[in-house]
Amino acid sequence: MKIEKVGVIGAGVIGIGVAQNLAQTRHQVVLIDLSEEILARARRELHHQLRFQRLFKKEGAKNEGTPEDGAREVLERIRFSNDYRALEDVDFVVENVTEKWEIKQRVYAQLEEVCPERCVMAANTSAIPITRIASATRRAPKVLGIHFMNPVPLKPMVEVIRGHHTSEETIEIARGLLSQMGKTGVVVNDSPGFVSNRVLMLTINEAIFLLQEQVSTAEDVDSIFKHCFGHKMGPLETADLIGLDTILYSIEVLYEAFNDSKYRPCPLLKKMVDAGLYGRKSGAGFYSY
Amino acid sequence: MDAAQTKEKIREFFSRFVRARELRDDEDIFATGYVNSMLAMQLVAFVESEFGITVEDEDLDLENFKSLDNIVGFIERKKTVTHAGA
Repeated sequence: MKIEKVGVIGAGVIGIGVAQNLAQTRHQVVLIDLSEEILARARRELHHQLRFQRLFKKEGAKNEGTPEDGAREVLERIRFSNDYRALEDVDFVVENVTEKWEIKQRVYAQLEEVCPERCVMAANTSAIPITRIASATRRAPKVLGIHFMNPVPLKPMVEVIRGHHTSEETIEIARGLLSQMGKTGVVVNDSPGFVSNRVLMLTINEAIFLLQEQVSTAEDVDSIFKHCFGHKMGPLETADLIGLDTILYSIEVLYEAFNDSKYRPCPLLKKMVDAGLYGRKSGAGFYSY
Repeated sequence: MDAAQTKEKIREFFSRFVRARELRDDEDIFATGYVNSMLAMQLVAFVESEFGITVEDEDLDLENFKSLDNIVGFIERKKTVTHAGA
């Protein structure tokens, strides 16, 4: 089954990246968010990203054998709407709304009402269990998780999460779409934080403990990861990139899910979030920007 | 606006970000280390709003934005095309 038309719910950083990636690989896209204002901002941001990619000739997402399209052509494939009814003929939905269960629950109830029966729903979440998300719909076998990485159009791999009821057919449809998007996926079973965030959040949290205990400095912690292990970025630089508020929220979700004290958030992390030191997006975190 | 005035406007734009020294007309701005990719995109937006031209997909070539001379040359070419078309 070739996926032609895809709904993207939520025009935040990741949602915009997913829409861009899909449109660049010649899919029709419906990008949904709450207000005209958010959608207008998303359009500007998309335009900016497309031009940025072109000016610096970054290798973006594309279908094999097709030439790269210009910003205008790519944007023409995206319909911006705040009306869920625009999703009545989509083959696939990628949901990227805020990581709050009450919000997701409402969104899935609306999706269930408008999306055709054949439509597969992919939750792009980094923390909420896919099995729980599926329970908010009447099509649990057609629901799975796809954890896209930032920046979406430039990252070749995603984490695909199989919920308790997710069917093999759904996994295959998702693999097909990912391949059309120039990506591959690693399939894992549903568990809080999946593989990526369970390991990453714990690593970052532990690195913050090292800083709090004055065992090392942020520069030195990151340097060890980069130069001893060959990682591209150290854990604290990564935390600044993701946003310390998001890190705290994710580790709290893991703590609640497992009730295991190994996921307790480091007090220094909480203090920094209280102080508004979110990392790159606020201008300061473990480093200044 | 003639080419000299255009160049002054561009120079003014850069002076807000590159305070250490003045750029030479033919200097590769990306090689100076002062101009990163974000500033380059701000430059593109500035050129569009200040000179009323549209930077099309095919114009998005670093060569057009590499030096003060190249930027001025690009703007002059675009203005000619716009006027010829109007």
